[in-house]
Amino acid sequence: MSTATRSLPRTIGAHAILLTYTAIALFPVILVIMNSFKSRAGIFGAPLTPPTPKTFDLIGYTTVIGQGDFIHYFQNSLVVTVASLFFVLLFGAMAAFALSEYRFRGNSLMGLYLALGIMIPIRLGTVAILQLMVASGLVNTLTALILVYTAQGLPLAVFILSEFMKQVSDDLKNAGRIDGLSEYTIFFRLVLPLVRPSMATVAVFTMIPIWNDLWFPLILAPSEETKTVTLGAQLFLGQFVTNWNAILAALSLAIMPVLILYVIFSRQLIRGITSGAVK
Amino acid sequence: MAADIRPKRPFRWHIAIFLAPAVLVYTAIMILPLAGTLQLSLFRNIEQHQVFVGLDNFRTLFGDPNWSVNFWNALRNNVWFFIIHMLVQNPIGVMLAALLSSPRLRFAAFYRTAIFVPTILSFVIVGFAWKLILSPLWGVAPHMLDLIGLKSLFTPWLGKEEYALTALSLISVWQFVGIPMMLIYAALLSIPDEVIEAAECDGITGMSQFWKIKLPLILPSIGIISILTFVGNFNAFDLIYTAQGALAGPNYSTDILGTFLYRAFFGFQLQVGDPNMGAAIATMMFLIILGGVCVYLFLVQTRLRRYQF
Repeated sequence: MSTATRSLPRTIGAHAILLTYTAIALFPVILVIMNSFKSRAGIFGAPLTPPTPKTFDLIGYTTVIGQGDFIHYFQNSLVVTVASLFFVLLFGAMAAFALSEYRFRGNSLMGLYLALGIMIPIRLGTVAILQLMVASGLVNTLTALILVYTAQGLPLAVFILSEFMKQVSDDLKNAGRIDGLSEYTIFFRLVLPLVRPSMATVAVFTMIPIWNDLWFPLILAPSEETKTVTLGAQLFLGQFVTNWNAILAALSLAIMPVLILYVIFSRQLIRGITSGAVK
Repeated sequence: MAADIRPKRPFRWHIAIFLAPAVLVYTAIMILPLAGTLQLSLFRNIEQHQVFVGLDNFRTLFGDPNWSVNFWNALRNNVWFFIIHMLVQNPIGVMLAALLSSPRLRFAAFYRTAIFVPTILSFVIVGFAWKLILSPLWGVAPHMLDLIGLKSLFTPWLGKEEYALTALSLISVWQFVGIPMMLIYAALLSIPDEVIEAAECDGITGMSQFWKIKLPLILPSIGIISILTFVGNFNAFDLIYTAQGALAGPNYSTDILGTFLYRAFFGFQLQVGDPNMGAAIATMMFLIILGGVCVYLFLVQTRLRRYQF
């Protein structure tokens, strides 16, 4: 690299700006987690300092665990997210394979039809979705949420995956065909393993909005048994407006699983984005 | 394409089987309800029966002051919400991406990961965390302003009609700046080295290189983030609902189309829920989003396709 692209003041400037913005991005998160481990006096007396032995207190966490049924909500969220993710990936990959591999009448029309959902949010159909779920008796079941999230995730999954499947070498697939493999075997045994990295990208893109969604749990499954963690946290926070320990602890409990998953998968996510899937 | 389909070839069942699950779920849960909602907006519940009333619901929405005042207010707020995102979120995103993509920057992976953290958090967390931080009760915000000697600037932003919407927009910007940053970053990385080297040979470096070479090349990505922002903003609901409740206070000053739809559909406090009016509002949102997408597809994107490698 020539010196023209690097100069010391510019590097320092870049780091200064990026550091400042990193601080802005992380500050609220750190503040909430830090204060969740403090006593009430510590939260209000010195909000900006980390917990000291004097202010350390787990009262918030004990309140939350004693009051809200968070473990149950957590399970619901997990079931909904994992099941939707499974169907989005499986159905999305199958459709993407059909669209990218075969030439048939109506191929591009079908692609366009499926891509429509990327731009038009499913939320606008809520009124009729609720009627549909009431009619089929699925209100207040996790199945309703799984169905909705599967439909919501499919358009983007098909779009991204078919871009990637176009890159799988034709020679490989044709070699498989000459060896007498069926189209299904070619898809499941040859193509799927090759697009696994892009499946991971799609998984992350699909997972975050599902886990964080408030609208559909609020409308389709607000009952105690089917509450997701996002809805549970929302209601819990509304109830405990004055109990700051409990609120901060609940927020931290909601932040931490996502944060841990993100730290584990961030490399994958960023590689997925920057590999040019979403241009 | 027609050449591929010879009459001799048997119907290829595997294509149908590959496509069927996705198309069925997508059609049944997404397309049909969307169409159903558009259809519902033309009906009204009269004595327990759905009666076709044509565009009457829209006449009520625009003509009846009980509805139209709220609708225009929500739409206006939504436009402001969008403008703030375009003016703050996307330029910051582009700037961060430009800095991140500078060659041999140390800790780039760390910055990337950290700046994206807010984007993965749920609205509930973001809304509440900021509510606490900006709350005069806790005093974190005034305390921090005090440190830089600007304590006099502090007011309870979320509680004041004139500031609440802007404050919430900025919170949303804080949350989502990671998305334009990542997409632009990806676009910047995909610029071929030859182009950059050619620019350097011509003596174009630093800032002017960004403005003259890179920016024109990433314009398609800026177009995409604009339309994503547009769709996301006109569909937003969760943040306002979490931070200000369904009434979008103070005094409806943070009401946007999403919260308005929620109140119309489900009712809130004294207002009785009306699915048909909800459907009418959803239809308006659909038309607005469709309009935006069409403008993007037909006016913006066709002009942006000039640079491709």
